Amino acid sequence: MLLTRKSASAAAAQPRLSSGLSATLAHTIDRRAFLKRSGVTLGAGAVAAQLPFNMIGKAEAADAPAESGKVEVKRTVCTHCSVGCAIDAVVQNGVWIRQEPVFDSPLNLGAHCAKGASVREHGITHDSHRLRYPVKLEDGKWKRISWDQAYDEISQKLLAIRKDSGPDALFVVGSSKHNNEQSQLLCKWVRLWGTNNCDHQARICHSTTVAGVAQTWGYGAMTNSYNDEQNSKCLLFLGSNAAEAHPVSMLHTLHAKENGAKVIVADPRFTRTAAKADKYVRFRSGTDVALLFGILHVIFKNGWEDKEYIHQRVYGMDQVKKEVMEKWSPEQASAVTGTSVEDIEFVAKTLAENRPGFIIWAMGQTQHNAANGIVRASNILMLALGNVGRSGGGCNIYRGHDNVQGATDIGPNPDTLPGYYPVFVPGSWAHWARVWNIDLKWLQDRFAPGMIGKPGMTVSRWIDGVLEKNDAIDQGPNLRAVVYWGHAPNSQTRGLEMLKAMEKLDLMVVIDPYPSASAAMFAKVRKDGAYLLPAATQFETEGSVTASNRSLQWREKVIDPLFESRTDHMIMYQLAQKLGFADQLLGKKDGKQNIRLVKGKSGMDEPSIEDILRNDVNRGCWTIGYTGQSPERLQAHMRNMHVFDVKTLRARGGKDAKTGYDLAGDYYGLPWPCYGKAEIKHPGTPNLYDTAKNVMDGGHTFRALFGVEKDGVNLLAEDGVYSKGSDITTGYPQFDHVLLKKLGWWDELTDDEKKEAEGKLWTNDLSGGIQRVAMKHGCSPFGNAKARAVVWNFPDGIPQHREPLYSPRPDMVAKYPANDDVKVLWRLPTLFKSLQEKVVADKVAEKYPLILTSGRLVEYEGGGEETRSNPWLAELMQDNFVEINPKTAADRGVREGEYVWVSTPTGAKLRVKARVTEGVGPDTVFVPFHFSGWWEGQDMLPYYPEGAHPIVRGEAVNTATTYGYDRVTMMQESKTTLCQVAKA
Amino acid sequence: MARMKFLCDAERCIECNGCVTACKQENDVPWGVNRRRVVTVNDGVVGAEKSISVACMHCSDAPCMAVCPVDCFYRTEDGVVLHDKDLCIGCGYCFYACPFGAPQFPQAGAFGLRGKMDKCTFCSGGPEPDGSEAEFKKYGRNRLAEGKLPVCAEMCSTKALLGGDGDVIADIYRQRVTVRGKGSEVWGWATAYGPPPAKPAAGSKS
Repeated sequence: MLLTRKSASAAAAQPRLSSGLSATLAHTIDRRAFLKRSGVTLGAGAVAAQLPFNMIGKAEAADAPAESGKVEVKRTVCTHCSVGCAIDAVVQNGVWIRQEPVFDSPLNLGAHCAKGASVREHGITHDSHRLRYPVKLEDGKWKRISWDQAYDEISQKLLAIRKDSGPDALFVVGSSKHNNEQSQLLCKWVRLWGTNNCDHQARICHSTTVAGVAQTWGYGAMTNSYNDEQNSKCLLFLGSNAAEAHPVSMLHTLHAKENGAKVIVADPRFTRTAAKADKYVRFRSGTDVALLFGILHVIFKNGWEDKEYIHQRVYGMDQVKKEVMEKWSPEQASAVTGTSVEDIEFVAKTLAENRPGFIIWAMGQTQHNAANGIVRASNILMLALGNVGRSGGGCNIYRGHDNVQGATDIGPNPDTLPGYYPVFVPGSWAHWARVWNIDLKWLQDRFAPGMIGKPGMTVSRWIDGVLEKNDAIDQGPNLRAVVYWGHAPNSQTRGLEMLKAMEKLDLMVVIDPYPSASAAMFAKVRKDGAYLLPAATQFETEGSVTASNRSLQWREKVIDPLFESRTDHMIMYQLAQKLGFADQLLGKKDGKQNIRLVKGKSGMDEPSIEDILRNDVNRGCWTIGYTGQSPERLQAHMRNMHVFDVKTLRARGGKDAKTGYDLAGDYYGLPWPCYGKAEIKHPGTPNLYDTAKNVMDGGHTFRALFGVEKDGVNLLAEDGVYSKGSDITTGYPQFDHVLLKKLGWWDELTDDEKKEAEGKLWTNDLSGGIQRVAMKHGCSPFGNAKARAVVWNFPDGIPQHREPLYSPRPDMVAKYPANDDVKVLWRLPTLFKSLQEKVVADKVAEKYPLILTSGRLVEYEGGGEETRSNPWLAELMQDNFVEINPKTAADRGVREGEYVWVSTPTGAKLRVKARVTEGVGPDTVFVPFHFSGWWEGQDMLPYYPEGAHPIVRGEAVNTATTYGYDRVTMMQESKTTLCQVAKA
Repeated sequence: MARMKFLCDAERCIECNGCVTACKQENDVPWGVNRRRVVTVNDGVVGAEKSISVACMHCSDAPCMAVCPVDCFYRTEDGVVLHDKDLCIGCGYCFYACPFGAPQFPQAGAFGLRGKMDKCTFCSGGPEPDGSEAEFKKYGRNRLAEGKLPVCAEMCSTKALLGGDGDVIADIYRQRVTVRGKGSEVWGWATAYGPPPAKPAAGSKS
């Protein structure tokens, strides 16, 4: 018998659902719609057509006076990670009132993690913790100033510094949260100023991946997509905690698992991802190469490698095999990693028996002093198994920020112009001066003599650009001014020294929606010298954003910039006006203008985002195929997400109702490379290097980037390996005008194309003709070569295990030392072996016996200031903590929830709460890196501008992290250092 | 007529808290009140860690309803258990009765007096007219009346949390269990069904 009361209020007695439905939606919630909303498509593995839903609901109904007014739905993309979850923002009278899931999105199918489900907070003005207006630090106080005053003072100071010390005295830290267009504009902005000193989050996120992976087979990006994991039989997570860092990717991972794919997680911590795996393998932080090569040893020993594939498509595997067989028996790998021989053998066997398979990584592999080798060891493992270049297998490298892929591709990098055109190749400058429509000579003269071809400093080391002795650095002046343009300082290591660098700076400018930890840190040590400018968020502008799988998505503007904030591209333009290169920024020359000005906030001019994409990016980025993604095509994709298949990302058909654009055959978001001009309709490339498809269907070969021969060995693909339908059935080099003529294909160019293509390569022929004709014949414009297991131009041609600089194992340091010190690396002297030896000699590991590693939490993102200012997220994680094993805790008299001091060899100490868990082994502790606002136990609240402090503050782990950088890319070694824990 | 239910698939729940913040933002739930939360047990224990998202289960025979001294609870025809905050006295007796800790009591006033009880409404508001401002202020959004399902389930990152008509959800879950060869096998499973069967032989596809 039910206990329900018989009579309730009148409203309650009504059949609510049915009446509600008939009132608002008539017959829309049929069974199909319901199943869609309940997530059945993934559960069943079926993908039904998506049903559009009424997103507005009752907002327009007459009985809802509070919600009257014009209601619009704007489609945008979450700004927190690289999965690219679509969001429908419901806006009324310019106010963001609701957010609805986009079930049609083939990437996230409506799903969100805590961060994605809470982005509407960005539009809430009451109780906002954003920076509302420009401020400057004066007499130790943050004082409100006008934009004009800020621009005047900043530009005067910058110009004075430029006059005294030259353009290299400035360092600009750009942002992986800028959209593609802003990233490209900032890249240009810094060059127009006259320096290569710019960088962004990718340096400390995946720089080692980008370098190591590109040097292996051509492009340094995720080979496949999150979705393609559904086509896989084995997923090896090594250095990724996707359940916290990329939660929505787990939608595809768990679907694969439920359909039989084996999931293995290798990690120093038993993570939330590991909890969902078939098998968890623990290993010592920083011993990834040893683990990977131990696994490879077992594969070689049993003859499980794909010999045919290796012969045809891989260079140098024999050399790697020799080394692996000699040095990395499972027993030796076990001795280094702490993983059992049985586990190593199990992983090898599982990988071999379940092909195709992926290796998946993020920061776990990349943040070590020899990480360029770690990522290449991962590549080699996949190449040995024949997993790369096919659906369901490869290297799924999860990028971090929402647009870190795009900013890496075309943004403010110290060594490359947009599209990875290297700064040390003069032709790169000629190419971009032409595309940007600026005078090359003028551009060259903006730089200090001899500096245009030298890669700039990196964000991981700008502090040394300030602090290092002047005669030790490879540029004229030390750094005197730093602009933090959308980047947290607490994500970089060596916090103590960062404070010292801030003390010494002439000028610091922070341009960010949130003042970020930079403001508080600076105000802690300085009385003046800093300006904070409120930037708009990505919900307050439009533009494209590149997800980890290389798909571009177009964000509509949801709301106008809040408070006094301005869009980043408006700020770039307005600052350029003050600094004297506004015309060049817009590409105004010879009666032509690349980028028009459009009306932005309050009727002020700002560069047109669509023009930046169309006339800068699409016209210049031939190398990586950012040429076919016109704004019109991307916008059509956003309006028609439902036509794209979840497993293949391909549109089976469909026409865009607004423009008539035919979507058939396109891959969602035109994942780069999308070669040629938009008109030839290259569909994008869902999986790199996949020879099973025609190039015009997204097929590929390995890129011929390293010549045709090395010491007499053929570097091109062996005969018989080519992408489907190719007219050339052997290996071939990259296309240029000479090859085209030799092949007799030159006359297939139009007359206009011929005029432009004469003397050009596929990478600088602005007509796109060379690419078009090559692809017409089924050929990859970049050639058809072998992947390289040996990257001979790196210090370690074959990946080497190298102990962390702060290693807990002096015995292993003796056997596996770091590289030699380097006098000049990215303009700075860099320590490796000498510091490592000193750490051993000083017996640091005895005083600091625990491995300190860091990582992400699901609730927060990056430096965390933005997410810790969001009350819905902040409530979930109110204290920073250290994960510590029960034994380690007990030995120190530490109990769950108590405050402890985590101290490191830098002398810094962190006050955090103890979280006692078996998730970490007794030798390791873990501290998340998203916190800031405490400094060695002190709350920094007084140092924030009033009202612009994050709700939750805590100790930043990087206050205490140590020196250590990758030998190739200057990635910081933040995943492995040493510490001690004591009761507070 | 539908009987609305939640089901959280612990094989899929990764404790991302998407459901929690989705609920917070959609219903404007204040700090300190958790209509939904994710619980992880055996944290860090290899092979034993499980996460599950919990809120009001909208019991068919709801204990809160049985014990409420002022009879403020009622059940809709869709099987959703709601309450009338105008009647509620905030005594907390429902909190005693609920096996899931669903009823929440916001702190209010200088002395932390208990306010009216608040809990998950299955995104279907309260006794006020559907979609009215009064309903939103007291109970949050009425998505059911808009033809939508609870936002926590709609936004779940891995589709672990299912919310909707119990029949349909059972079908979805049954299909999943068939594909992967197992259910969640968490709390109470062994009590009901005995210990889990031995694992299938190596090599067989699960």
